[in-house]
Amino acid sequence: MAVLIYTENFDGKFKKASYELISYGVEIAKQLGTETIAVTIGEIGEESLKELGKYGAKKVFKVGNDELKDFSAQAYTALIQQVATNNNADIIIFGNNPSGKAIAPRLAVEMNAGLAAAVVAIPSSMSPFTVKKRAYSGKAFADVVVNSDVKIITLSQNSYKVVEAPEDIAIEDFVAEIPANSYLVKPTDVVKNTGKLSVTDADILVSAGRGLKAAENWGMVEEMAEILGAGLSCSRPVSDLGWRSHDEHVGQTGKVVSPNLYIAVGISGAVQHLAGVNGSKVMVCINTDSDAPFFEAADYGIVGDAFDVVPKLNEAFKKFISEG
Amino acid sequence: MKALICIGHVPDTTSKVKFTDGDTKFDTTDIQYIVGPYEELALTRLLDMKDAGTEMHITAINVGTSETEATLRKALAMGADEAVRVNADPTDAAFVAKQIAEVYKNGEFDCVVTGKESIDYNGGQVEGMIGAFLDIPSVSGASLFELDGQDVKLEQEIDGGKQVLSASFPFVVSAGKGFAKEPRIPNMRGIMMARRKKLEVVEPIEHNNMTEVVKHYLPEAKPACKLVPADNVEELVRLLHEEAKVI
Repeated sequence: MAVLIYTENFDGKFKKASYELISYGVEIAKQLGTETIAVTIGEIGEESLKELGKYGAKKVFKVGNDELKDFSAQAYTALIQQVATNNNADIIIFGNNPSGKAIAPRLAVEMNAGLAAAVVAIPSSMSPFTVKKRAYSGKAFADVVVNSDVKIITLSQNSYKVVEAPEDIAIEDFVAEIPANSYLVKPTDVVKNTGKLSVTDADILVSAGRGLKAAENWGMVEEMAEILGAGLSCSRPVSDLGWRSHDEHVGQTGKVVSPNLYIAVGISGAVQHLAGVNGSKVMVCINTDSDAPFFEAADYGIVGDAFDVVPKLNEAFKKFISEG
Repeated sequence: MKALICIGHVPDTTSKVKFTDGDTKFDTTDIQYIVGPYEELALTRLLDMKDAGTEMHITAINVGTSETEATLRKALAMGADEAVRVNADPTDAAFVAKQIAEVYKNGEFDCVVTGKESIDYNGGQVEGMIGAFLDIPSVSGASLFELDGQDVKLEQEIDGGKQVLSASFPFVVSAGKGFAKEPRIPNMRGIMMARRKKLEVVEPIEHNNMTEVVKHYLPEAKPACKLVPADNVEELVRLLHEEAKVI
């Protein structure tokens, strides 16, 4: 028995999301009386790998295969299956992020395992194995029972706390056997989101809607994001109008996010938008219309004109941060 | 190009979600069903390519009870050439994927196209599972689908960016944002023609469920919003710091 976590590194560094996955796995392993092991792909130094030990991973497999430089759902599935089988892993955990979503379903079929996707909490019962997942695009939750011997989970980001639980982590090199047909879909290029905090990674999101009236009015919300070290997102009409790129669209048909703080400026709060953001810990709404539905979902609100409120709020945030 | 496109039958995005039978079942009272928004984008893209001169035959498929036929007819009205319904009340994603893989094997398709996730169970599992059942490549959450000679140029979202891919048939791809711009709305002629298009019903093959939804919850009601006067924004900063502890 073991809990296996797939942890992604970005140019040799882990993000907070990986530590969250480890903490989550460690808690399950503790309840089952087993260990948490991790696997990561690509060039990564010992210092970074040891970070996983800080959160309780007992062992990490470092996979150095050159051909795995480019992502392939088939190749990555084969590799993780090999690590899982060699170590008798019966619970395998991914982030509910692009790679997790691409690998987990294939792995479920290959290992004859049940998959619970977009899970938001520690299993409420280990036998039968029951986990709570997101459903109806954030409008509800569902308890799912996984009946198979091997169980696979994709965990929604920011669903579990990062907990330090230092272990002396063993680092082991692993060479995977990659099936010959794994790269029939050939990667020709990779476009990295550089210098921009992705909306799903951000702890704080500053989001704006049609209330800002035009693309050229985004300066003040960009400034707020910069002051707070926040990511920027937007509502659907804004990305449909081409004022902001589709990457920034959050909502039922965009990205589903769960930051600690979500600040909505000039977003009325249609049910489809709220579905994508109501996993946020705290929501702030700034809107001229006191009847805007967002005020019913928000924790804090200011009824007022964004063009008046946002610059004043930026000054207040700046003052707060400079006074530490 | 012969495409098999999976059409989700899901509650309209504006639906208020409620449950019944001790929170075990979705309450379908007053619920309008639609073609899943991502499948709508996927189908739109294929139709755009067809309109631009690509030789294309589109078969829409759904695994569901007779209730889903209206949704399949909508896909036919948008412009799909024919439809298949696998007659079953599906219980998990692997079951659905297995049925679609079976229909694929019994036909002569070049690729399978799905939406990146259903908006009811948000599993996003079907595309990868079809890939594994058929042992063909799978591409998730694609934002581009374009013919490039004999190949297809795709873009898929990966952690921290986008991967540009060159794919030869066969493969399965799930459509994300950007796959097509605006979903197509069926016109009157399409709706009339859809009535005469073939909608075949096939029986499912056996597959054991490994997951089961046992209970639903609605999100906890939040306490009322605290309003801060617009001329006292410092108070909001204080509350976010001292009370909510998020900054």
